[in-house]
Amino acid sequence: MKAIINLSRRDFIQKSTILTSGLLLGFYLPKKGLAISSATTFAPNAFLRIDRTGTVTFMLNKAEMGQGVYTSLPMIIAEELECNWQDIKVEHAPVDPAYDHTMYGPIMVTGGSTSVRSEWERLRKAGAAARMMLIGAAAKKWQAMPGECTASGGEVSHSKTGRKIAYGDLVEEAAAQEAPEDIVLKPSSEFKLIGKEMARLDVPEKVDGTALFGIDITLPGMFTAVVARPPVLGGKVKTFDDTAAKKIPGVHTVVAIDRGVAVVADGFWSASLGRDSLDIDWDNGILANLDSDKQAEEYAKMAEKPGLPAADRGDIETALQQAEKTLEAAYELPYLAHAPMEPLNCVADVRSDGCDLYTGSQFQTVDRNNAAAAAGLPPEQVKLHNTYLGGGFGRRAVIDSHHIVEATQISKAVGAPVKVIWTREDDIQGGYYRPRTYTKVIGGLDDDNNLIALKQVIVGQSIAKGTPFEEAMIHDGVDHTSVEGASDSVYAIPNFRVEYHMAPAGVPVLWWRAVGHTFNAYVKECFIDEMAKMAGKDPYQFRRTLLKNNPRELAVLDLAATKANWSSPSPKGQGRGIAFHTSFGSHVAMVAEISINQRARVKVEKVVCAIDCGQTVNPDTIVAQMESGIVFGLSAGFYQEITFRNGRVQQDNFDSYDLLRMSEMPKVEVHIVDSTEPPGGVGEPGVPPICPAVANAIMSITGRSLRHQPFRQEDIAA
Amino acid sequence: MITLNVNGKDYSVDATPDEPLLWVIREKLGLTGTKFGCGQSLCGVCTVLVDDEAVRSCVTDVGDVAGSKIVTIEGVPDDHPVKQAWVDDQVPQCGYCHPGQIIGAVSLLKENPKPTDADIDSAMDGIVCRCGTYARIRRAIHHASADGTAGGKS
Repeated sequence: MKAIINLSRRDFIQKSTILTSGLLLGFYLPKKGLAISSATTFAPNAFLRIDRTGTVTFMLNKAEMGQGVYTSLPMIIAEELECNWQDIKVEHAPVDPAYDHTMYGPIMVTGGSTSVRSEWERLRKAGAAARMMLIGAAAKKWQAMPGECTASGGEVSHSKTGRKIAYGDLVEEAAAQEAPEDIVLKPSSEFKLIGKEMARLDVPEKVDGTALFGIDITLPGMFTAVVARPPVLGGKVKTFDDTAAKKIPGVHTVVAIDRGVAVVADGFWSASLGRDSLDIDWDNGILANLDSDKQAEEYAKMAEKPGLPAADRGDIETALQQAEKTLEAAYELPYLAHAPMEPLNCVADVRSDGCDLYTGSQFQTVDRNNAAAAAGLPPEQVKLHNTYLGGGFGRRAVIDSHHIVEATQISKAVGAPVKVIWTREDDIQGGYYRPRTYTKVIGGLDDDNNLIALKQVIVGQSIAKGTPFEEAMIHDGVDHTSVEGASDSVYAIPNFRVEYHMAPAGVPVLWWRAVGHTFNAYVKECFIDEMAKMAGKDPYQFRRTLLKNNPRELAVLDLAATKANWSSPSPKGQGRGIAFHTSFGSHVAMVAEISINQRARVKVEKVVCAIDCGQTVNPDTIVAQMESGIVFGLSAGFYQEITFRNGRVQQDNFDSYDLLRMSEMPKVEVHIVDSTEPPGGVGEPGVPPICPAVANAIMSITGRSLRHQPFRQEDIAA
Repeated sequence: MITLNVNGKDYSVDATPDEPLLWVIREKLGLTGTKFGCGQSLCGVCTVLVDDEAVRSCVTDVGDVAGSKIVTIEGVPDDHPVKQAWVDDQVPQCGYCHPGQIIGAVSLLKENPKPTDADIDSAMDGIVCRCGTYARIRRAIHHASADGTAGGKS
């Protein structure tokens, strides 16, 4: 989700245009629109509302899915506003252009680990402008110069006279102030909140059980629906018999929708029994014979042919021919389901005059617009009420908004509010996976054992192909998300080439936490260790040489190695592995310490993580996100894959798609580089380095590489 | 009609005996703190206490617990050491699994007020957290245990 998109709000399905890459589009602080002040409220912009009691309401335009934006974003605005932290109240913002993403074009979206870094400037300016208006209002009241007044702790003070007035008492006067043209931001040396560990505002209700997720929403007269979807992805209903389903007590009706057959009932259990009783004849479509083993062979064949260039430096073919030693390897990584703990769901209430949606969404504008199309209503008449997300990881930013559209179609058909609930089986088998990849790598060393050539050929499906995001994300046939983390490597390798083969479309694929960085970092960092081994060099020192031109990256690598005592021998029976990767604006290095027992079971004992994510906002959230990324990565490395036979997904619940559990949790140590550079992302960058660090640690004991995920017993056993 | 005692309150609910306790609690009693995660007793996020024992409500027939004392996340007092430790240690991320994790921890400390890491592993292994908050869950359980009063409360 790195690409910049510009989708026209009304017909975003039809077209998309590339804007600029990686740059903020400039500061946009709406003076009108949602920002309507009144005699009792000062609303200087769309993000802030201050009432007479002094309560500061912050409108959160991002999804809170565990990554902490519910706290870190108001911290940024409160810093400049100089209000009391305890006066902050957070509300989910509605869909409105005022809240559009500053990097991704005119849509509201939470992804790409961008929330803090994209809102950093806008929210600081929003807070500072409000502070200046409050100061202006107090100065006017006191007939003083604004320059003589200061704001702090939710009040304005006049130094000469010692007068003080609370923000709540300035509401009316502040609303009459002109928004300032030149906004003065605080220097980082004066930060009181930013960079301090603040307790998360969402924690109390997540502990007492009152936090509302989409699945918890109930409307008067609401039905619950469970949908029978094709057993093969992309299939269609031919005919169905709902006689038995309709006889189940509590079943209200059965309706056919675009994606399957919906059983509409008083509650989940009746709907679920009703679904079990449906008799459906399916047209299995083009994936009817999909087989993972055959697909692997096809991918391997594609990798033997020249692909489209994604990066090219030096003269790779000549360098490989002239290299003293070369090594060729192929890495295979599987399709992966996101499996957020809260299964997908949506409440839709379609009426002739409008529609209300209640769901946890990372893709508010897209979901709102797709629902509008499904309801046959103008987007302005559709209101999306965002809730907490029981995990997102990209799964709640679905380009076709399938679960939102399901709920909308069913609600429209039955003329009542409807909550669609996916089961875990629906989730694991429902597609929209991290693409599987096959990557062929060739590396070359010179006679001094320096890495002089590296060629990577990546085969995988494109996430953007065939979607409204195609034009923005695919350049010269290369989907950026397929090559990110490979083509943008900063390692100093003079001859370097990355090629891409877009594998045939079919299986629905989607951005999975850290997206292309997950598979590309694994290949890159494992292969670097393979080359280091061939060169007879220490893998940490080998990387140091490759990062010689990148002091910031090198410092992160050094920090992890130092904190992990890399230069001292591993504890007896243990092995160490190191990995470094840059993603989403942050640099992360990890050292994993592992042991292997007599039954060849690997235990990750400890992970030392170093991160440079620029200026920190809420440091404990950064620690939490590193812990989280490590667990997310390890779950995939040890357990997870989605495979197909006869077109059917072979996994269906947590027994066949397991994840890391308490007893397997390693000790995690996180070290954050002190920095005043602009903020980087933290939600995703913790994922890519962990699996290669662990695989490299295993290789340090067994001497064998792990070129397949999930890790195979035969690659570990002696 | 089935009579249930949940969080100290008696309810008479219209349900068939084989309906899962989870959906009765969520949809018929409106206590939405208890979550649905897998429906197969594989993830533990639906954990509630039935007569002081942690059970997976998604596979518990409501007819089997009529007359039992059921406690959900809403029935654990806010000043319970486990809830306090969960806030102090900033445990939740997305928060979805934590009603189940907290109930699991309450049950563990009731049986074993001073659990070791190994005790925590075996008691909590069945409750998964996709956000990976395990290190903090472990820390919070130790902190709640140090409080010394968790054993007597539910």
